[in-house]
Amino acid sequence: MSETKVTIEARGLSKVYHTGDVDVTALAGVDLDLRQGELVVLLGPSGSGKSTLLNILGGLDRPSTGHVMFADQDLTELDDADLTLYRRDHVGFVFQFYNLVASLTARENVELVTEIAANPMSADEALELVGLGKRLNHFPAELSGGEQQRVAIARAIAKRPGILMCDEPTGALDSKTGGLVLDAIARTNRELGTTTAVITHNAVIADMADRVVIIGDGRIQEVRENAYKKDPGSLSW
Amino acid sequence: MVKITALDKKVLRDLGSMWAQALAIAMVIGAGVAMFVMSEGMLKSLLDTRAAYYERYGFAQVFAPLKRAPNSLSSRLEEVPGVRFVETRIKKSVSLDMPGLDEPAQGRVISYPIDPPRLNRLHLVEGRWFQGGRTDEVLVSEAFAKAYDLKPGGEVTVIMNGRREVLHVVGIVLSAEYVYTIPPGGLVPDNRRFGVLWLTRPALEAAFDMEGAFNDTLLALDPGAEVEDVKANVDRVLDTYGGIGSYSRERQFSNWFLTGEMNQLRNMSKIVPPIFLAIAAFLLNIVITRWIQTEREEIGLLKAFGYSTRAVGAHYLKLVLTITVVGIVLGFAGGIWLGRGLAVMYQEFFNFPFLYFRFAPHVFLIAGGVSLVAALVGTWSAVRRAAFLPPAEAMMPPPPTSYNRSRFERFFKSMSTPSRMVMRHIVRWPWRSLLTVLGNALAVAVLIGSMFFFGAIDTMIDIQFNRIERQDATLSFIETRTQKALEGIEVMPGVLKAEPFRAVTAKLRIGPAERRESIIGVFNGGEFSNIVDADFRPVDIPKDGLVLSKKLAEILGAGVGDTVLAQVTEGRRPLLELAVVQISETVLASPAFMDLEALNRLMQETGRMDGAYVRLDADKTSAFYKAVKNTPAIAGVAMKDATKKSFRDTMSENLLVMTTFNVLFAVVIAVGVVYNAARISLSERERELASLRVLGFTLGEVSYILLGELALLTVFALPLGCGLGYGLAWTWALSLDTDLYRIPLEVTHDTYGFAILVVLAAALVSGLLTFRRLGQLDMVMALKTRE
Repeated sequence: MSETKVTIEARGLSKVYHTGDVDVTALAGVDLDLRQGELVVLLGPSGSGKSTLLNILGGLDRPSTGHVMFADQDLTELDDADLTLYRRDHVGFVFQFYNLVASLTARENVELVTEIAANPMSADEALELVGLGKRLNHFPAELSGGEQQRVAIARAIAKRPGILMCDEPTGALDSKTGGLVLDAIARTNRELGTTTAVITHNAVIADMADRVVIIGDGRIQEVRENAYKKDPGSLSW
Repeated sequence: MVKITALDKKVLRDLGSMWAQALAIAMVIGAGVAMFVMSEGMLKSLLDTRAAYYERYGFAQVFAPLKRAPNSLSSRLEEVPGVRFVETRIKKSVSLDMPGLDEPAQGRVISYPIDPPRLNRLHLVEGRWFQGGRTDEVLVSEAFAKAYDLKPGGEVTVIMNGRREVLHVVGIVLSAEYVYTIPPGGLVPDNRRFGVLWLTRPALEAAFDMEGAFNDTLLALDPGAEVEDVKANVDRVLDTYGGIGSYSRERQFSNWFLTGEMNQLRNMSKIVPPIFLAIAAFLLNIVITRWIQTEREEIGLLKAFGYSTRAVGAHYLKLVLTITVVGIVLGFAGGIWLGRGLAVMYQEFFNFPFLYFRFAPHVFLIAGGVSLVAALVGTWSAVRRAAFLPPAEAMMPPPPTSYNRSRFERFFKSMSTPSRMVMRHIVRWPWRSLLTVLGNALAVAVLIGSMFFFGAIDTMIDIQFNRIERQDATLSFIETRTQKALEGIEVMPGVLKAEPFRAVTAKLRIGPAERRESIIGVFNGGEFSNIVDADFRPVDIPKDGLVLSKKLAEILGAGVGDTVLAQVTEGRRPLLELAVVQISETVLASPAFMDLEALNRLMQETGRMDGAYVRLDADKTSAFYKAVKNTPAIAGVAMKDATKKSFRDTMSENLLVMTTFNVLFAVVIAVGVVYNAARISLSERERELASLRVLGFTLGEVSYILLGELALLTVFALPLGCGLGYGLAWTWALSLDTDLYRIPLEVTHDTYGFAILVVLAAALVSGLLTFRRLGQLDMVMALKTRE
């Protein structure tokens, strides 16, 4: 897969947080390419810097040094308004705590994004993809945790993002429900060819990836390619 | 030493981080408390000061004017049961020729002894008392002296009994009898056109042919004496000496006006500040309840650590109490300071020689107590609700709020998703939305309730001086004259039209209700009847019977068709039975009217008049004034424009000052409420909005969701606030309905507009501040944190 086009390219990323008198280095010189259509798991313990990396790649934060290239554009040079546009048009986010809008139904939560996206699929289609075609009109409070997270995935992919960022998507779920969610992520990655980055501290999840990037102390410690991708449904923790 | 626990430190840190919001809450409570303390304190100070003033300067309890009686009659009056002692004196109306005033000023001259009398002692502000022997010395009331910058050593020209005399000012004085110096026939002080002067008794005896005689009596009563019995007995003694009818201190002109003014201040401070305080307390309660609800996770955390519900509750109570106590202290300090300022201002306005500045302790107890209870109840109920959750649940991300398709859903169908979020959020929390609406509406209402005054007073002035009083000037004679005098007035320069009037003092009675009032005889078929129907349209005087002003009809409990017994206290003193034939709308005083001829017929004094209403040629007023000055028979002239001006000035000095404070407080409350509503909404929805930002929503789009809701609720609040404000104005107008004047219940568009603008401006500023905070939303936090 190494010849495939690169979706996003990070070079020399470092991030230092100044909190009071102490400087905390979250990232220290990270180079990373995410290739078109691959599913990458960023694995590392908490505090390893994986979330910081994801935030920078997703246009939520800026590195202290280094560059991030997306479609010939350096994200580090964009202002807030352009970063908003970048997120709006190219990035799908899935959060640990789903972050659905409680006052909107599953379909409307997805529509929230499709209404502002350039070339979205229909909300129904997106929900069908994550296996929720029958729960379109339910409010978040009427859905289980796993179902809520799948709505969040549908919301993230409905815009046909260039890249899907999932931050501990199963962190708040049990193994069985988590499996369903990971299945939905794997399926959209497979069927839509969306470049997908999943960050997790759960090593088991790494088995579903094309590539596993292990992060520790703000650096990439190891990159390994899985010769064989496991079916997410078979994973358990 | 008291140990500062970690929780206590949290209290301080939390206060530090939410200082702006805490300050806004403290301001709301502070405004409510300050207003309450200010008006109560000012009122108590004024009432105590007045009581002390009357006491210290021996203000008479009964007054008995008469035509003329020998000084020896004094001992007979002292024998009347219940009378403690008697002072007799000479009191006359004069004209004053003042520099810089075209028309003659009216004056009252009163005899004053060299040794201080037992009753109605004067307070010497400046100069000295009379020195024996000289009859050209005069003591001048301070208000009049100020109007002309008169000082001891100055001079006043007085036309006494037709003779001009130049008197030397030796002292400037204050009198409890003239706290309010109102010209005869007038309704408000006019210190340029009316002055009170005290002369030696010999001087007045000489000027008015009153050697060995008096025409005015002051009485002090024994403790427990029955005022009505004393008055009846005194009247009997004075009957043959032309007694006009004695009256008690309550009916003494200045005191009556003063009481009226103070009643208005009292009503104002009894009605409006408590409403403000209640509103502030209510808003405090809402704000606190909502704020604590956003602390759900912290409460769960504390409980997880093993803190009891009581300990958690106490923690939040400390936080809320700190804010509330700061608000109360601000309110006390502000209230005392403003109350003192206002009291000093009213002291000057009322010409009190001193001021007792006092607060009743219960004022602080009530204001502080109400605020504390409101804060405690709000805190406790919210903490309890949060504390009832098992800690684990409280610390979990809250389950998504359960939304249902409400019955309003079909209205939302065609809306964009963000709009639908706004609408569903409003409908999902109907109670909270309602309270927000109510909070903002009350902000509008307190503004209207206090602002309406400005417009209402203009309306009142317009009604009185443009629609009821149609003449330009009112001339009054020193004594009743024949209608031949009218011809003299008609030929005066500048007079375009003149109509005669009579004013006959009588005790009007119907059943147990009694009232001393002048019956004004007006010219039938004339233009200046001053009688109007319910819509303030002029009405001609009926040929027979009595026309009562609406207020007088209320006082007497009389209606059309009733018969009023009128005991006339002048002339041949007839007792008349008069049928009420009409009620005339009035905003000022409480007059009674009759046809001039009918009144003269009943008095058996055909063709008599006490003065005339005239219309003037505006270009010839100074010639008119000159002519008036040279006509000794004319006691005074009341120019409508001057009266109008002094009326407006008086209102401005008196009620409008307090109103201005009310408006200021209302603005503070309005801003505090609106800002807090916006601020709390933001903290409630911070995470949701940050998530949307992560999803690529622009700042504008996210703001629309939050601020759109606030804007919509504000819009709902405006009409409701206008309605409530009208109700507040109604309450207030009702509370100010006194003998003196009635504030018409007319809320102008300006008032509505102003109130709406202030609240919209507050909403806009709050919106901008919130918008700024939205820009600083931490998107990364939204990914990780729960609420």
